[in-house]
Amino acid sequence: MLSDSIIIGSALSYMGVLFAIAYYGDHRADIGRSIIANPYIYTLSLAIYCTAWTFYGSVGLAATGGVDFLPVYLGPTLMAVLFWFVLRRIVRITKIHRITSIADFVASRYGKSGLLAGMVTVIVVLGILPYISIQLKAIATSFSLLRRYPMVSMAETAQHPVWSDTTFYVALVLIVFAILFGTRHIDNTERHEGMVAAVAFESLFKLVAFVTVGIAVTFGMFGGPADLFEQAATKPELAALMRFEAVPGGYGGWLSLTFLAMMAFLFLPRQFQVLVVENVNETHIRKAIWLFPLYLFIINLFVLPIALGGRLTFPQGGVDADMFVLALPMANHKPDLALLAFLGGLSAATSMILFETITLSTMVCNDLVMPLLLRANPRWLAQRTDLSGLLLGIRRAGIAVLILLGYLYYRFIGESYALVTSGLVSFAAAAQFAPPILIGLFWKRANRRGALIGLSGGFVVWAYTLLLPAMARSGWLDTGFIEHGPYGVELLKPYAVLGLDHLDPYMHAVFWSMLFNIGGLVFGSLLSRPDPIEQVQGSQFVNVLEQDRHDGDSLLWRGVAETADLYDLLARFLGPQRASEAFDHYAHQHNGYPLQADSRLIHYTERLLAGAIGAASARVMISSIVMGEVLSIEEVMTILDESTQVIEYSRRLEQKSRELEATSAELREANNQLQKLDQLKDEFISTVTHELRTPLTSIRAFSEILLANPDVSIEQRSQFLGIVVKESERLTRLINQVLDMAKIDSGRIDWHIEEIDLRALIQDAINSTSQLFRDKLVALHADLGDRSVIVVGDRDRLIQVIINLLSNAVKFCPDQGGEVTIRLHPLESRWRVVVTDNGPGIAADQHQLIFEKFHQVTDVHGGKPKGTGLGLPISQKIVEHHGGSIWVESILGEGASFIVDLPSKPNSE
Amino acid sequence: MANKILVVDDEPNIVLSLEFLMKQAGFQVRTASDGEAALAAIAAEAPDLVLLDVMMPRKNGYEVCQAIRANPDWRTVRIIMLTAKGREVEREKGMALGADDYITKPFATQEVVERVRELLAESS
Repeated sequence: MLSDSIIIGSALSYMGVLFAIAYYGDHRADIGRSIIANPYIYTLSLAIYCTAWTFYGSVGLAATGGVDFLPVYLGPTLMAVLFWFVLRRIVRITKIHRITSIADFVASRYGKSGLLAGMVTVIVVLGILPYISIQLKAIATSFSLLRRYPMVSMAETAQHPVWSDTTFYVALVLIVFAILFGTRHIDNTERHEGMVAAVAFESLFKLVAFVTVGIAVTFGMFGGPADLFEQAATKPELAALMRFEAVPGGYGGWLSLTFLAMMAFLFLPRQFQVLVVENVNETHIRKAIWLFPLYLFIINLFVLPIALGGRLTFPQGGVDADMFVLALPMANHKPDLALLAFLGGLSAATSMILFETITLSTMVCNDLVMPLLLRANPRWLAQRTDLSGLLLGIRRAGIAVLILLGYLYYRFIGESYALVTSGLVSFAAAAQFAPPILIGLFWKRANRRGALIGLSGGFVVWAYTLLLPAMARSGWLDTGFIEHGPYGVELLKPYAVLGLDHLDPYMHAVFWSMLFNIGGLVFGSLLSRPDPIEQVQGSQFVNVLEQDRHDGDSLLWRGVAETADLYDLLARFLGPQRASEAFDHYAHQHNGYPLQADSRLIHYTERLLAGAIGAASARVMISSIVMGEVLSIEEVMTILDESTQVIEYSRRLEQKSRELEATSAELREANNQLQKLDQLKDEFISTVTHELRTPLTSIRAFSEILLANPDVSIEQRSQFLGIVVKESERLTRLINQVLDMAKIDSGRIDWHIEEIDLRALIQDAINSTSQLFRDKLVALHADLGDRSVIVVGDRDRLIQVIINLLSNAVKFCPDQGGEVTIRLHPLESRWRVVVTDNGPGIAADQHQLIFEKFHQVTDVHGGKPKGTGLGLPISQKIVEHHGGSIWVESILGEGASFIVDLPSKPNSE
Repeated sequence: MANKILVVDDEPNIVLSLEFLMKQAGFQVRTASDGEAALAAIAAEAPDLVLLDVMMPRKNGYEVCQAIRANPDWRTVRIIMLTAKGREVEREKGMALGADDYITKPFATQEVVERVRELLAESS
């Protein structure tokens, strides 16, 4: 048995737990140790999106429309993908401008327009009532269903008088809770850490409750998903639910629902609050991008199973499909599970109502009531010393009025509708904020007039195509205007404006309202000139990610206000304690504050005030005490121009100094290079000197010996003379190569480029070195093919390379059994010459070094090979000049292969 | 008793010319073509004087010079550095490492013979 006292008792204790969490969260925030500053709490708080609509309504929709419930979750998932591009901007802007609500955001973007803020608030209030009403309805219906346990029957739909209507008492309880929760004090940032913590808890709770019911239905009441779907498949009307063809309105309907959900997810007031205003840290968005869709996925997993289970369990109807989540546990005599389901639904509904009304009441207070009071009776306000009590009072009244209005909507209109249908009306209203916000984020020219025209156009269309028909259908208006158009004008039928009659009502409303909204915004903006403050705000919003300083709009206050006046103003709205804290903070940062406030202090006060009463009202209040009026358009433009010039100038200076830095870095680098080159040159000269002096030493010594000893034997004389000749040749060769090297290095060499036959060239090189081979008895094997090989190059230089390689090969061959092979063969687009000897080989660490000037492979036989140490470096330069490459492959002890690759003549093959 | 000279250079033609000159001057001559061979020759029988090239494989002239000076048995060995590197710092380096004289290549044959004679005369 579930007595009323058990149900109400557990509901109240559940709310008590929530209250405790909220209290604890606020307490922790006050001592600076936030419990919501992590991405998981942030993500959970976003799940306030899932209300009773999700908890009860999705099942209801799935029970008749199959997968039709999905777009409402597809939308937010898509929006999550766009978080980083859209949401991050909005969050950044909100932090900078101390924006407190979506109305404040729209107003701030369009020049702190009070009119816009008020309009947004009105739209939100009217638009949200259906949404609040369905939460009330869900709580009341679920309560009256549950209290009849073990009987499973819906309450009769006959109207009770208000005093015996459960829903009314639910509404009253919620009013008390919302006031307790949300309006304990005025915060200048309008952040509610405790509330967010409670919402996060509720999100977790409803998820657990729903999934628990889902598992119990799927596995407990049926034999698992397979059994459930099999049973459903035997009934044709249920089988259709599992296919996409069941979608009424076709894919267009899906598309418009998805779009609506995307926009609602971002722009419903409570969503804006948790997503943007309550965001503690931008980086939390990153995690929410995938975590939140995951939450949606999990909570939707059991929607279809529960819906099918409900249809199978209650085949005759009689139980509202919206209540399957609760009715199924009841029908299976599981009171505990039923109670859990009830609490889960309660949690989903209350979190929405509490948070939405608290958010809305702030908007109503800041953007509707206060501006009206300011306008109606400024003197009266000015006389009051502490207005924070007044603000709280307005907000409390706002909460009460909103919930009661929601109740009225439920009672007079909503009762005849399914949960989802009413919810969509609210979604379509929230979607009206998408154009002014999203377009305003990326298009600087969007201005106030455009936003006003667009919003009012969209709102009127919304009211005409969705709200009025809903009222008519509930009997409050003559339904004739739905069927025949107002005054019989068919073109104005609210579900088929201009004869557009093949869309479902939501898609139809979305189409026309968006058309008017976007069109109004774009054309209104293009056709009117923005005020300077609109321009300032517009460019600050659009460029928010590029800015790092944000005091651009302090330009708009000129000169003098008494600091004491500013303080009084702040104290009036925030209370003396917070005001003096704020001024202390300012003094701490700016080394005191002046008696005559400058524009910076005025702006600082304005921002603080904006946190409490909204940007538009704050502006009005400040302007009332700033002496000297707000700057004229021309003055502001001049200042803006000047500051743009200054920015441009400093940007150029920065650019210059960056260039200078780069240049000096280059100079340093060049200097290092030069020093290195100088060192290299020194070494080069020293080495050349050494190499020149060595043969010269022998030449001089033997010449002097011969001169001083005319009587040496004839054999000795010719030996010495032979040495003189050899060393002279060595000297000549060396001088030539040094000159060659110098020429190649400095680029002063003349290249005679022509088509040459590489095969013939190699043959010539072999002929001119044949004496060397004969002298040392080295065998030469040539494998050159039998066709001429045409390459483009300098004949003399290339022959020099081949001769150098051949003579090196001979030089390093062993004294006996020396063998050298030269091969010429084609590769893809190259010709390869390989000269192989069977000498001592070259160690791997020398493979690079031998191509450096004057480096010689030392001391393999103990002796030093005759050479200049320039042959290979010169060959390398020549080959590289021809676009080829030269390298050695060798293993110590196994001979060496020098390989030359030359590009073949283009188009020669 | 003729003084013993060790000629060390990796250029065979220079070794040949110096060997000829020293023999002609009446000295006993041995030759080596790199630093290690030089030290081996000295270890086998310490000469009176070494004509020592600097740029050589397997221990250059400076290293050989140091090795000779490090061994007290060889402190009477005179050393004349021969180098094709003409810079003053190299001369100073050679002298600092304990060489007795320093001759730049290409040299005048008479001068080499005279310097060798002078040094040997000083030490005796």
